[in-house]
Amino acid sequence: MNRLPVTEKLAVNKYELDEGHPHIEVNEEVCRAKCANLACLYVCPANVYSEQNGKIVADWAGCLECGTCKVACPSDALKWVYPRGGFGVIYRSG
Amino acid sequence: MAEDIFDAIVVGAGVAGSSAAYRLAKAGLQVVLIERGPFPGSKNLSGGVLYGRILHELIPNFWETAPVERAITNQVVSFLSADSSINLDFKTERFNQPPYNGFTVLRSKFDRWLAEQAEAAGAMLVPGIKVDGVVKRDGKVVGVSADGEEMLARVVIAADGANSFIAQQAGLRDQIPTAHAGVGVKEVIGLPREVIEERFHLSGNEGAAYNIVGYATRGVPGGGFLYTNLDSISIGLVIHLDALVERQLKPAEIFEDFLAHPMIAPLIKGGKLLEYGAHLVPEGGLKMMPPLAADGLLLVGDAAGLGVNNGFVVRGMDLAIGSALAAANTVIKAHPDNDFSAARLNAYPRRLKRSFVLQDMHTYARAVDFMKNERLFEAYPELLANVLTDIYRQEALPKKNLVPTLLDNLKTSKISLFNLVKDVLAGGRAV
Repeated sequence: MNRLPVTEKLAVNKYELDEGHPHIEVNEEVCRAKCANLACLYVCPANVYSEQNGKIVADWAGCLECGTCKVACPSDALKWVYPRGGFGVIYRSG
Repeated sequence: MAEDIFDAIVVGAGVAGSSAAYRLAKAGLQVVLIERGPFPGSKNLSGGVLYGRILHELIPNFWETAPVERAITNQVVSFLSADSSINLDFKTERFNQPPYNGFTVLRSKFDRWLAEQAEAAGAMLVPGIKVDGVVKRDGKVVGVSADGEEMLARVVIAADGANSFIAQQAGLRDQIPTAHAGVGVKEVIGLPREVIEERFHLSGNEGAAYNIVGYATRGVPGGGFLYTNLDSISIGLVIHLDALVERQLKPAEIFEDFLAHPMIAPLIKGGKLLEYGAHLVPEGGLKMMPPLAADGLLLVGDAAGLGVNNGFVVRGMDLAIGSALAAANTVIKAHPDNDFSAARLNAYPRRLKRSFVLQDMHTYARAVDFMKNERLFEAYPELLANVLTDIYRQEALPKKNLVPTLLDNLKTSKISLFNLVKDVLAGGRAV
């Protein structure tokens, strides 16, 4: 079970996807203007954040709801809340 | 008709929230327990050892009915270097009889059970509802709001976890600084029961708990754990967030290195990944503790920043339950006078100071900084592994006694004798 990519790990988890209701929003202007280290790109255990065409994109469906990105984001560019009630990751072990 | 006003609203059905609701309901109070997940436990994640003595006070002999995994009889501290391990391996039958010392639990099952106990005691459980914030009138918390609707109560207990949006929204706490947080990553790995028992030398429901320190995290301050469940293993890392940000490393990659470490890989070999999770861990100790009471509001568990890690054990759930009982008892006492002012509710932090919860946070307060000492994660494991290599290696060359062996190795390490003495003294006082 060596070197399992994060995406494959997440695929094992159970999620109740809240289609059309992202619980993470990235304020691209704030990122560009203020952010020195783009911490979201590496601190997230689920690799939710990536840079695509120079923009920070949040693939929020795989979020494990730990909140690490919100704590690590130095510029308040992230609007990170919990998914709506009943949605998001559903831990079966925890 | 007058608005319904409950005696108490508890936000979050983790071990803290359900314990508080259970106690309040048992005392005859009308209590609502709100959980954002579809069922209690579905959002909760721990390393997974519950030191159960405090829960035994609340629910005597809980292990007879609760979904606990194994009773921990084997406590191991494993000190890793890049290619070696040095273990302190303590195994005792003393921990294998009621009331036991600690149990491994899987929170999704355990928390569901605990919330059911609160419900059976008379608490009203409302799952699948995310609380958006507290409702304030005249500066006092008088309830919570969810989906644009208000629910009112004489007092609100925020048990909404390490991110506690309620504590922030109510103005008790700012955004958590990275220096006070750790990121926990964890896998639950399925293995047949017999394999676990053979591999870890366990009989029946005995369990092993490994606290893994040293070079588990590529030298970044943090540590690992490995706990045996009935037919799975909980394994993970907690990494200090400030150091992670500074070094721009990915927790998932550090975790993969850890799982591949020659001392770890054989322990999980042949297992099947059942779940991958993550959780924010309050690591600031007393320094990050917000005010725990305001007008109409109390904070318990992770929301209050409670946690202890002294290198030997990692605790959170027992402190959470202890804080929940102190909060519930404060509410029960204030109830007949209908006085839930901050002045009255400040009896709660005073209760906590008299209880093991804050006393232990004080006892291990120095451990918070000690456990971030960079030398612990690379230089010392290397030094110890070198000393032991010299002791055990036989090369048909003259040997040296222990002290000269130690001094020789210290000389070639990057550690000064001064720092070694300082760290040993600090460690002895911290852990």
